[in-house]
Amino acid sequence: MKGATQSRLPLYAFVVFTCVMCVFPAEAHLNSTGMGPFYDGLIHFLMSPEDIVPVLALALLAGLRGARYGRRALFTLPVAWLLGGLAGLSAMTAKPHPFIAAAWFLLLGGLLAADAKVSLRVTTALAALLGLYHGYLNGIGMGQFDTAAVALLGLVFAVFILIALAAAFVVRLRTHWARIAVRVAGSWIAASGLLMLGWAVRTR
Amino acid sequence: MNTTRHNPLIQAMALAVFVFLCAQTALAHPQKGEAVGFLTGFRHPISGLDHVLAMVAVGLWGAQLGSPAIWVLPVAFPMVMAAGGMLGLMGVPLPGIEYGIALSAILLGAAVMFEVRPPLGVAAALVGFFAIFHGHAHGTELPPGQSALLYSMGFVIATGCLHALGIGIGTVHRWAWGQKLLRVAGGLVVVGGTFFMWKAVA
Repeated sequence: MKGATQSRLPLYAFVVFTCVMCVFPAEAHLNSTGMGPFYDGLIHFLMSPEDIVPVLALALLAGLRGARYGRRALFTLPVAWLLGGLAGLSAMTAKPHPFIAAAWFLLLGGLLAADAKVSLRVTTALAALLGLYHGYLNGIGMGQFDTAAVALLGLVFAVFILIALAAAFVVRLRTHWARIAVRVAGSWIAASGLLMLGWAVRTR
Repeated sequence: MNTTRHNPLIQAMALAVFVFLCAQTALAHPQKGEAVGFLTGFRHPISGLDHVLAMVAVGLWGAQLGSPAIWVLPVAFPMVMAAGGMLGLMGVPLPGIEYGIALSAILLGAAVMFEVRPPLGVAAALVGFFAIFHGHAHGTELPPGQSALLYSMGFVIATGCLHALGIGIGTVHRWAWGQKLLRVAGGLVVVGGTFFMWKAVA
C-alpha cells in the first residue's frame, strides 16, 4: 500500500506541474464568478499567488514539524486572516509593500529550506502575523463591495482548506527524499523572494 | 489490461494529451499580465544553452556524488543564483560574467567527466560561486513590465527543473555503463563550455 502511494507521487507531481503551466487570465481583483460573493472571495485567494505561496510555505513548515504544529497553524492562520480582513474592510487605502511580500517569501522559504526547528510559539506567531497582514490587505481590496464580509469568509475558507491539505500532506511524509523535496520547495520560495527583493529595489 | 489502465505513465500521457487539446486564448504579444510573467520567467533560464549546460551539469554532478550532495547542490545553486539575480536587478556591476558562465560549464563538466569528489563544502562553494554569474546575467536581462512575483517563481522553478533533469539523467550512475555515459555527458558539457568561452573571448 505504501509502495503504491509512493509510486503515484511522480504522477501527482506531473499533474501539479501541468496545472501550473496552464495559462488562464489573471483575476487578481474580486471578480464575479456568478456563484455569489462567497465563491468570489474563494476564487480571489486562489488567483492570488502572493497570498497562496506564503500560506503554502507556512503549511509545509508546520507539516514538517509535526501534526501538533499543523493543527496550530490550521486554526491560527484563518482566524488571524479573518480578523485582519475585518479590520481592512473599514480601512480606506493601503498599498502592499513589495519589500514585505519579498520578506515573507524569504523568511518562510528560508525556514522551510533549513528545516528550522521552530518552536510551537514561533509557528503560532508566524501564522498570526501572516494572517493579520494578508487579511488586512485583502480586506482593503474588498472594502468597496457591499458583500465584502461574505467574500472574506470565502477567502478564509480557501485559506483553511489549503493549509489543511498541504500540512496534512507533509505530516504523513516519512521517506527521507520526500521531506527533502519539501525543503527544496522552500529553497525555491526563498530564491523567489530574493529576486522579488531585487525587483522591488529596481522599480523603486 | 488492468496493468495498462493503472500504469502511471499511461495516465500521465493521457492527461498530457487532454491538456494540450484544451484550447487557450492566443497571447501572441507580450502583455502586462501575471500568467505571461510566469511563462516568461520560466522560459528565461532554458533559453540560453550556456545556462542549460551548467545547470544540468550541477544535477549530474550531484547525482554522481550521491547523498547529501544530490540535494545540497541543487538547493545551493538557485538560492545563490537568486542572490546574483538580485544584484543584477539592483544594478550592482559584476565583471567577466560571460567568462564566468562559460567557465562554470567547463569546470562543472570536467568535474562530472573525471568524477571529482571534493568535500561537500567545496562542491557547494564552487557551484554557488558560479551561480552568482548565472543569476547576475539573468537579473540584468529581465524584461520590463512583468509580474515580479510570477516571473521570479517561473525563473526559479525552471532552474530547479533543469537540475532535476540532470539528477534524472544522473541516476544511471548506479550501473557501470551509466557511469561511463555520465563521463561522456560531462565531456560534452566541457566542449559546450569551451565553445562559449571561445565566443566570449572572440
